[in-house]
Amino acid sequence: METILLFAPLVGAILCGFGYKYIGEKAAMWTATGMLFLSAFLSWISFVTFDGVTQHIEVLRWIESGSLSTSWGIRLDRLTTIMLIVITTVSSLVHLYSFGYMDKDPQWKEGESYKPRFFAYLSFFTFAMLMLVTSDNLVQMFFGWEGVGVASYLLIGFYYRKPTANAAAIKAFVVNRVGDFGFALGIFGLFFLTDSINFNDVFAAAPKLAETQLTFLWTEWNAANLLAFLLFVGAMGKSAQLFLHTWLPDAMEGPTPVSALIHAATMVTAGVFLVCRMSPLMEFAPEAMAFVTVVGASTAFFAATVGLVQTDIKRVIAYSTCSQLGYMFVAAGVGMYSAAMFHLLTHAFFKALLFLGAGSVINAMHHEQEMTEYGGLRKKIPFTYWSMMIGTLAITGVGIPLTHIGFAGFLSKDAIIESAYAGGSGYGFWLLVVAAAMTSFYSWRLMFLTFFGKARGDKHTHDHAHESPITMLIPLGVLSVGAVLAGMLWYGSFFGHADQVGKFYGIPVAEASAHGETSDHGEDAGHGEPAADDGHGEATAEGEHHYVFAGKPGEGGLYFGKDNTVLDDAHAAPVWVKVSPFIAMLGGLLMAIWFYIINPSLPGRLATAQKPLYLFFKNKWYFDELYNVIFVKPALAIGRFLWKRGDGGTIDGFLNGVAMGVVPFFTRLAGRAQTGFIFTYAFWMVLGIAALVTWMSIGGGAH
Amino acid sequence: MDLTQITSSVLASGPEIIIILGACVALMLSLVPRPGQGALLAGLSLVMIALAAAMSLTLAQNPQTAYGGMFVNDGFSTFFKMLLYLGTALTILISDRYLGTEDAAKGEYYVLLLFALSGAMIMVSGKDLLIIYVGLELQALSIYVLVGFLTTNTRSNEAALKYVILGAFSSGLLLFGLSLLYGLTGTTQLEAMGEALDSVETSSPLLALATVFLIVGLLFKVGAVPFHMWVPDIYEGAPSPVTGFMSTVGKVAAVAVILRLLIQDLAMLDPIWRGSVEAVAVLTLAAGSFAALVQTNIKRMLAYSSIAHGGFLLLGLLAGGSEGLASVMLYLLIFTVTNLGLFAVIVLLNRGAGQGENIQDFSGLAKSQPGVALMALVFLLSLAGIPPTGGFFAKFYVLVALVDAGFVLLAVFAVLLSAIAAWFYLRVIMLMYMEQNDQPAVFQVSPAIGWALIVTFTGTVLTGVLPAWFLGVSKAAATAGLG
Amino acid sequence: MEEMLREYLPILVFLAVAVGLGIVLILAAVVLAVRNPDPEKVSAYECGFNAFDDARMKFDVRFYLVSILFIIFDLEIAFLFPWAVGFKDISMTGFWSMMVFLGVLTIGFAYEWKKGALEWE
Repeated sequence: METILLFAPLVGAILCGFGYKYIGEKAAMWTATGMLFLSAFLSWISFVTFDGVTQHIEVLRWIESGSLSTSWGIRLDRLTTIMLIVITTVSSLVHLYSFGYMDKDPQWKEGESYKPRFFAYLSFFTFAMLMLVTSDNLVQMFFGWEGVGVASYLLIGFYYRKPTANAAAIKAFVVNRVGDFGFALGIFGLFFLTDSINFNDVFAAAPKLAETQLTFLWTEWNAANLLAFLLFVGAMGKSAQLFLHTWLPDAMEGPTPVSALIHAATMVTAGVFLVCRMSPLMEFAPEAMAFVTVVGASTAFFAATVGLVQTDIKRVIAYSTCSQLGYMFVAAGVGMYSAAMFHLLTHAFFKALLFLGAGSVINAMHHEQEMTEYGGLRKKIPFTYWSMMIGTLAITGVGIPLTHIGFAGFLSKDAIIESAYAGGSGYGFWLLVVAAAMTSFYSWRLMFLTFFGKARGDKHTHDHAHESPITMLIPLGVLSVGAVLAGMLWYGSFFGHADQVGKFYGIPVAEASAHGETSDHGEDAGHGEPAADDGHGEATAEGEHHYVFAGKPGEGGLYFGKDNTVLDDAHAAPVWVKVSPFIAMLGGLLMAIWFYIINPSLPGRLATAQKPLYLFFKNKWYFDELYNVIFVKPALAIGRFLWKRGDGGTIDGFLNGVAMGVVPFFTRLAGRAQTGFIFTYAFWMVLGIAALVTWMSIGGGAH
Repeated sequence: MDLTQITSSVLASGPEIIIILGACVALMLSLVPRPGQGALLAGLSLVMIALAAAMSLTLAQNPQTAYGGMFVNDGFSTFFKMLLYLGTALTILISDRYLGTEDAAKGEYYVLLLFALSGAMIMVSGKDLLIIYVGLELQALSIYVLVGFLTTNTRSNEAALKYVILGAFSSGLLLFGLSLLYGLTGTTQLEAMGEALDSVETSSPLLALATVFLIVGLLFKVGAVPFHMWVPDIYEGAPSPVTGFMSTVGKVAAVAVILRLLIQDLAMLDPIWRGSVEAVAVLTLAAGSFAALVQTNIKRMLAYSSIAHGGFLLLGLLAGGSEGLASVMLYLLIFTVTNLGLFAVIVLLNRGAGQGENIQDFSGLAKSQPGVALMALVFLLSLAGIPPTGGFFAKFYVLVALVDAGFVLLAVFAVLLSAIAAWFYLRVIMLMYMEQNDQPAVFQVSPAIGWALIVTFTGTVLTGVLPAWFLGVSKAAATAGLG
Repeated sequence: MEEMLREYLPILVFLAVAVGLGIVLILAAVVLAVRNPDPEKVSAYECGFNAFDDARMKFDVRFYLVSILFIIFDLEIAFLFPWAVGFKDISMTGFWSMMVFLGVLTIGFAYEWKKGALEWE
């Protein structure tokens, strides 16, 4: 069954991408979509029926090289099944949505066939993503990792007639290569030290890694910390964390369904997944984890500030995604992987909902994306309005404080903020709370600018604004349900008591009173009643329903170290901590109402009054400009320096003008290496020989 | 030597003899012009190569030395010979069309290709420095002429002249190194030389000198920095199929000799050359990767790319052992199919008189020729080392061998530079798929090139899907070589 | 090492003598010769009549072709002579080796003939 659900999207992609000439466009698109729905259906079955025991399913013998032996296998545990339902559900809905959204795209001329290609890319992406999350070894994961990178590249650049889309695609690819480089180094390092790339072996070796010292670059490192750090660099690239985030907003050049699928719900969460998957290693790398927390919190804060002032509807949501990913990394960083996965799940629902809603708005407004051109759309597109409203309620975290009743984001975000507090990361906690206020502000700002007030911009467009077709509304409806219920439904499983979480992930737990003893706990895990009591603080003291995680690394979906008590500490957090995100949310909402409903001229005045700050946010803290100066230009300069012929004019001119006859013969030769003259080449060869002779007779022979 | 020994020796060198006979017959046939001559000669050459391949495989059943230990047939040489056959056959398949569009169809072309092949085969099988040198010269002389085969094209002429002069220079250096080695050991036979060298101090300056010249002569053929400067000019000027031939067959033979000398028989030189070859490998990777970034001519770009790939091969050499050996051999196999596949596409784009070699000519290819564009995409991805193509595994195994041997820093460096190198392949892909072109390239794929494309495409994909099998084959050959 | 270098000592001596002798001869001319130039003495000498043009003229490439062909057959003769002289003592191996050599040479000869390399015009 897992094999079928893994390969169904690939089959769909191939049939759709290559076969549409034979079976027709419509049929091809329905094939791909049908395959995805099949895959989604099977994923839900495997999620619901999963019993906590990690399974390995071998698909193909694959790489044999020395001590490296790997098969293409599926590792099925709770972590995988969570990702499976997220990916296949969102993906199948996005496929369905694309029927409406991609219809009659103005980017293409009459009669050009682009839709099957789009569907094939989407399906291919889904396959690569499934491969990533189901892999049972690092190399296969890396393949999926690169596969989603390629698919993302193709989809961002899907409107290849737009130069900006091409530039964005390349940017995404290159920035991700930086992250991939770290990831690849991490994999090599793990293989180097553990002699295996299979998760089981790597996990089992994790405690040993923590005691190994490794010489790398200029100094000694703790192996676990170094490797965890390198892997996290890969995660930073994919998940658009600070310093490697610049590609994500630009990636909005792609069609909106792509943004919803890849750049909100699935691919960008691969980094979070990676950190959670490697939790057995991460638990032994406290310094790397602290780094994860800091980066996550900083990103959450940074992206939220930028989101405050953007006017492009998709860019606002993109920065919001960036920010929410930061939340997940904070949770992972403080050791509460389960909360990270929880937010990943709920975020997938409400963020995909917001994106698809934005797509519906864009569709209604004839591909206008500037929010300054919107306004008063509430009446025109009521269904979109209400689903966006649900999405906004979910992302801002509306719910009843101190209970477990609320929209999806309320539960998962609060869980993360409490974990950050419990994990002892004051930096993370405060930044996240502030970011929560800003999240609320920009989300509501988006709602108010789009749906409330007077219609701005082109009158004709507003008159013709229309509700989207049914294929686009169904996904909105389904995701709305998810955005409302996902949090309440699974709170216990992700963030309940240790025994509930343990049962959910298949991690053995032990009763706190009987330290170190692994007990079978099947009966007393209250899976159906999400965190029945609020008095867990006292429970700790009394020790009645108290369990601790006791699995060995690699057992179950996640691993919590022996002294990882964040879960319990989070439950025992003071009341002010628990209500702080709610208050932040209210603050943001009130600010937004004041700015955009009561006093609409205020934002403009404030922007003029605080010009430097406004520009700083508006230009995304000048990251792009900085990178352009530091990396892009020097790289091109080096390339030119090593190849003088095409650019001979510059260098020749320089040399002739400045240094004719002054610069020694030698320097000129060095500057004009590739002259086209034989004697130059021979001269270089002679120089090379001289160098080698010197080296070998002095350096080599001395041993 | 009595007659039975001679007979068995002749038998052992059967593949070479078949190829040379084929070249002679082709030469005679070329003297009598008749319609369809090109196809006839190409067909004859292919048949001869197939015969030689069959013979090589038969001989591989029982490895043996011949001509008094100067010539050897082992798993190592058989593997390399198979690569040479493959490379030459593919070159022949893509040549006919090119010679047609460039109006240079002459029978000598195939004759020279076959002679170059036989020279390369002798290099691969040589167990004696003189035999290796003779093979190298036979191959080089044939290629000199092939490079200047477009007699009316000044670029081609210039390239040929440059190559002759620099090639002669490097041959002289190599010969000097060989003579020093002979002076030190009193023999040219590799095994005897290895034994004799065991008693020579590695700190001897004379031995260092000999090693330097030996290595320089060979590094020139691989195009390693700072002996790489001929590569871009000559690759650009030479007829495209010949460029493909040089970058694959020429390189395969040179690397085979390097491996034979430095890893197998004269392994005791290792402490002398290791440090400096490390530097050379790193410089080669860097220069090739960076300089390729700004090229506008596709052949020139591939020249730099081929330099960078040469750097990777040197890394495999540095890793050493049977793992390193096998990784280099697999690399060559994958590089051969991928590179020649790309050259087949370049030949298709050629519009005569050197037109159609600009990178810009690739633009809009996905629209006008989706099939060819897809194949070109796979070849470029493979050269860039992006999974799931063969090129990824080629690099991957070299890196694994390198890390296994403890050269982590080198591996880090290689990964970094190959990330840079991915850029310029990507640029071509961009042009093919993203760019608009009012006058996209229009051409018919002839059956011969069609076959070449199918073979190379299948090879590139298969090595990506079943790398383990191919690695197994190269590993078996590598172990056979180490004895 | 020492030993090996000693074996090359004669060559070194030879080189020294050659260089030394050359220098001595040139210096001798400088020191001893009577120098009394006049225009007739320093002008180019060409079999009694005035020089037609500059000595650095372009040479017809066909001369090279002929000379290369000559060298090939020259070498063939140099190879054949000892073989013919020792023919009585030569084994079948020696005989067939020469036959192969001659065969290859014949193919080359046929090629150059047919290509017109032997014709001047």
